[in-house]
Amino acid sequence: MRRALRKAVFAVLTLWIAAPLLPLLIWAFAGRWVYPALVPQEFSLRAWGQAAAPQQQVIAATGTSLALALTTALTATALGALAARGLVLYRPPAAGLVRLLLLAPVLVPPFALAVGVQEVFVRAGLSDHPTGVALVHLVPALPYTVLVMIGGFATYDLRMEQTARTLGASRTAVLRHVTLPALSPALLAAATLAFLVSWSEYLMTVLVGGGVVTTLPLLLFATAAGSGNQALTAVLGTLTVAPPVLLFGVGAALLRRNRAVWADPDHDPSPSFATPEIER
Amino acid sequence: MTSSSSAPVPGLSLKRITVTYPGHREPVLDGLDLDVADGRLLALLGPSGCGKTTTVQVASGLLTPSRGAVHLGGTDVTRIPPEHRGVAVVFQQPMLLPHRTVLDNVAFPARMRGRSRRDARTAALAQLERVGLDALAARYPRQLSGGQAQRVALARALAAEPAVLLLDEPFSALDPSLRHTMRDLLTTVQRELAVTTVLVTHDQTEAAAVADSVALLDQGRLLQQAQPADLYARPASLAVARFLGCPTALPGHVTPQGRFACLLGELDLPDTVAHRGPGHLVIRPEAVQVGTGPDTVAAVVHSARPEGAFTALVADTAAGPVHVLLPPGTSPALSEHLRLRLPVAHRWVVPDRHSPAGPPSINGVAGPGPAAC
Repeated sequence: MRRALRKAVFAVLTLWIAAPLLPLLIWAFAGRWVYPALVPQEFSLRAWGQAAAPQQQVIAATGTSLALALTTALTATALGALAARGLVLYRPPAAGLVRLLLLAPVLVPPFALAVGVQEVFVRAGLSDHPTGVALVHLVPALPYTVLVMIGGFATYDLRMEQTARTLGASRTAVLRHVTLPALSPALLAAATLAFLVSWSEYLMTVLVGGGVVTTLPLLLFATAAGSGNQALTAVLGTLTVAPPVLLFGVGAALLRRNRAVWADPDHDPSPSFATPEIER
Repeated sequence: MTSSSSAPVPGLSLKRITVTYPGHREPVLDGLDLDVADGRLLALLGPSGCGKTTTVQVASGLLTPSRGAVHLGGTDVTRIPPEHRGVAVVFQQPMLLPHRTVLDNVAFPARMRGRSRRDARTAALAQLERVGLDALAARYPRQLSGGQAQRVALARALAAEPAVLLLDEPFSALDPSLRHTMRDLLTTVQRELAVTTVLVTHDQTEAAAVADSVALLDQGRLLQQAQPADLYARPASLAVARFLGCPTALPGHVTPQGRFACLLGELDLPDTVAHRGPGHLVIRPEAVQVGTGPDTVAAVVHSARPEGAFTALVADTAAGPVHVLLPPGTSPALSEHLRLRLPVAHRWVVPDRHSPAGPPSINGVAGPGPAAC
């Protein structure tokens, strides 16, 4: 009974999330679809051909979006990890205040933040340039990576690194063999979040990019609002949805594999496998 | 205080080590001198917060001292980073790498020195056999019990072939029966390999059980370093005596004839007491007996409480309170008058020293104070 209920709730939730995606997929492959038909009268790949045309900038925008998201994921995760390490392991004075400041971008309403940030970036001469956009994407992404990495460092023990040092590991070897493996689940989660924040960022990109830097969300908004081309809008929508879904899938799979190694006290290998790769 | 012979070079030597943490006025280590004889096991004993862990950090190179030098086998290594120093540390928690198997954890030091994976694993397996865990080589640290994990940590430290092994409260997290097994393992392995070892502990029984010599640390200073039996029989100061569970201290002075003059009269002393002048007579509670006869002193029972099968008694004498550990069967009542025998062989006199911490006064010795000083 209870299991049935759980399954039902799961099904409803899945439908709730997936249902809006279905028309998107149908529209992307629709040739002619006139009211009141429930399904398109004709299917075609015309919209995909349009999207591939250079004058539509779709491919270029996808590239820009990917590059920005990957840069943001890498940079924000590295900075977030450093900030969290300092906050958790070395407990500086006023750690609470520093933490609050780092989280401020998600506490302040996005529009107020964007306008303020634009002002600063224009004055600093960083607007209308991909570098400026990459930098501005760090602003909303950092709070998430800091938060996730604070959690990651909560169970981390510095003596693990100290022990490794006394056993002959240099600082870089410690980073590679001790710190990064121990934090890999948190790092992966932080990077995924930062990627998503950058990938779907609209407001900051418009204000700081100044129309020069075109990303996928910008193109999607413009097409949806002004072109009346439903099929092309659907193609752009699909392109925007696919990478995050793929990323989440891969990330979840990696985390699951990780957990199998990290937290499986019942797993008891038989003694015959006790000494792999050793000739006795 | 450093009673070890002067000719051989010590395996590990700390010279005038001073460490002050940022934001603290008082140094954690205050001009600490410590020698560990080559191939021997030294127990570093002291109450918590006395600077034991800081000593480990300095010796291993994880912490650079504000002043002073660290010597290994006669060479100054103060500026050498931990990975090149050859001083392996085992902490209270095993600190195994969770994403590696037991075998690869033990192979880690050899891999860090650039040995091939196969060589490192073969050597690691030998170390695991030494601690009796070669059957668990393929497990992950999560799948080990606390005692097994700590044995793996010991094997891993030995795999680094260290010049000095530092063990920072390695058995404190284990339950008592396991602790005994681990002590035996440690002494066996240590004697076999003759690796210079420092065992940090707050447990005097553990220190006495495994160590060739014991260094007692308090407030960043070395109080005394001696063989365990000497430390108990001939404490250098009241602080040492009290830390080792000997709170009895009767004020007086040693006469030129070598007798102890106090409010109980003139008491005989063993020939080992070379001190002359003011001091305190100390005697361990286990050595004092209740008895009759001319060589006993009058006392009044002040307090009595059970301590395991024994009774811990405090009795007031004319010179001050005397602590007695009575065997099972006898339990005097409060305020009862009795006579105590203080066997001459167990008497010892701690000289009064006029240290900045204040000279031990007559008032300073009263009462059954806690063991920690």
